Amino acid sequence: MPSRLFTKTALALGLCLVAAPVAQAQSAVSEGQRLAFDRSKGNCLTCHQIKGGDLPGSIGPKLENLKLRYDRNELVAILNDETTRNPQTAMPPFGRNRILTEQEINAIVDFLQTL
Amino acid sequence: MRIHPALSFLAAVLALVAPAVAAPAAEKPDPAADAKAFQDFFRKKFPQVKFEDFVNGPYSMNEDMRKQWEEKEQFPPYEFALEAGKEMFEKPFKNGKTYADCFANGGIGIRQTYPYFDDKEGKVVTLELALNRCREANGEAPYSYVKDEMAALTAYMAYTSRGKPFDIKIPDDPRALEAYERGKEYFYTRRGQLNFSCASCHVQNPGERIRAEILAPALGILNAMPIYRSEWSGMGTISRRFTTCNSQIRGVPLEPQSEEYRDLEYYLSYVSNGLPISGPGARP
Ligand code: HEC
Ligand code: HEC
Repeated sequence: MPSRLFTKTALALGLCLVAAPVAQAQSAVSEGQRLAFDRSKGNCLTCHQIKGGDLPGSIGPKLENLKLRYDRNELVAILNDETTRNPQTAMPPFGRNRILTEQEINAIVDFLQTL
Repeated sequence: MRIHPALSFLAAVLALVAPAVAAPAAEKPDPAADAKAFQDFFRKKFPQVKFEDFVNGPYSMNEDMRKQWEEKEQFPPYEFALEAGKEMFEKPFKNGKTYADCFANGGIGIRQTYPYFDDKEGKVVTLELALNRCREANGEAPYSYVKDEMAALTAYMAYTSRGKPFDIKIPDDPRALEAYERGKEYFYTRRGQLNFSCASCHVQNPGERIRAEILAPALGILNAMPIYRSEWSGMGTISRRFTTCNSQIRGVPLEPQSEEYRDLEYYLSYVSNGLPISGPGARP
């Protein structure tokens, strides 16, 4: 009995070790998605169509294939304060106005890069 | 997304507002030219919308919604408020007088002339404010600006003015021009944690969806007030709508009928001159 328990535990641990980097990346992505969809956080669906989200608005463009057009820093900058690129934009300055923390913006960018 | 035409208009407006802020004495504002540019902007942006139709807010922007609305208008959800408003309007105060005693033409068919600039007071007077002043002058307690009683009274007064074009005057009085300019500046100034101006939504993005809601154009945006909103399951006054829009952007709403809101209403009504009163309205 004890030995079987031990093997099971060891197996589980082993799996964990192997899967860790992938799992971590996935959890950042899903955390980013959660933050992007949460109405009291990013609430990005208010303006953007995003894969996996319901009732999107149409003020901004559909968010897709972002990796082809923007590197990570550019996406962070857009979230931080899009008015620097376009002074008239309707998009809120999430970083500048502290709607989202740096960490939250990073998680959302992880998610954006999968779109 | 229709960013570009809005941009050029906004840029033009900002150019107009900015110097006025920086150097008040510089150039005399020209509300008539303003209103024309404002109306032309919307006509050009929505060539398929008939001019009188702009008073129908989101319904003027979307065919499907319009059909639902036309069906709804067969049994208008504001009917109840309208009946209550008529009764309230006609019922004498404790002192025997009525609302009719406070207004030109007994208060019938005059909605389109509000707000007006009161030259004795040197300030803008809206219909909601005038109604409460009437109550107080007759020894009655004022109503809440955001609740049902005020909406019922303004619903009835709007109804008796249906079809009459907005006829807002800006007398040749520097204080009236200033009030107008302040209202305009408020409308185009970004605020709140989300950094929106009224124009971000109602000039740059009318017809677009913000979540499931279709944004109304700023042209004619007050003509249908007060409105029954299914989302509120009740009526809303202009005061209620202004404070709600301010809260939505995580801004701090002003006091209803504060001077800023009155000036804002003055600006928005003036630039809709010529469009018919259509209130009370129904909205999703
Ligand atoms: C109120 C509207 C609004 C909200 C909310 C909003 N955006 Fe935007 N966004 C826009 C608009 C409009 C644009 C178009 C570019 C511009 O205006 O400068 C844009 C552009 C973008 C772009 C560039 C897209 C491209 O194809 O070039 C990205 C990326 C983006 N937004 C991400 C987000 C994310 C992530 C969130 C939520 C955390 C968000 N936006 C919330 C309005 C919004
Ligand atoms: C973030 C977007 C946003 C901003 C900013 C905003 N509004 Fe609104 N407004 C809405 C939405 C959504 C509605 C409900 C749908 C509609 O009718 O447009 C609305 C409705 C209205 C209506 C009723 C229109 C109708 O026909 O039903 C008025 C009047 C109005 N807003 C005025 C203002 C004013 C004045 C400001 C600035 C103080 C403002 N709004 C700022 C989103 C906004």
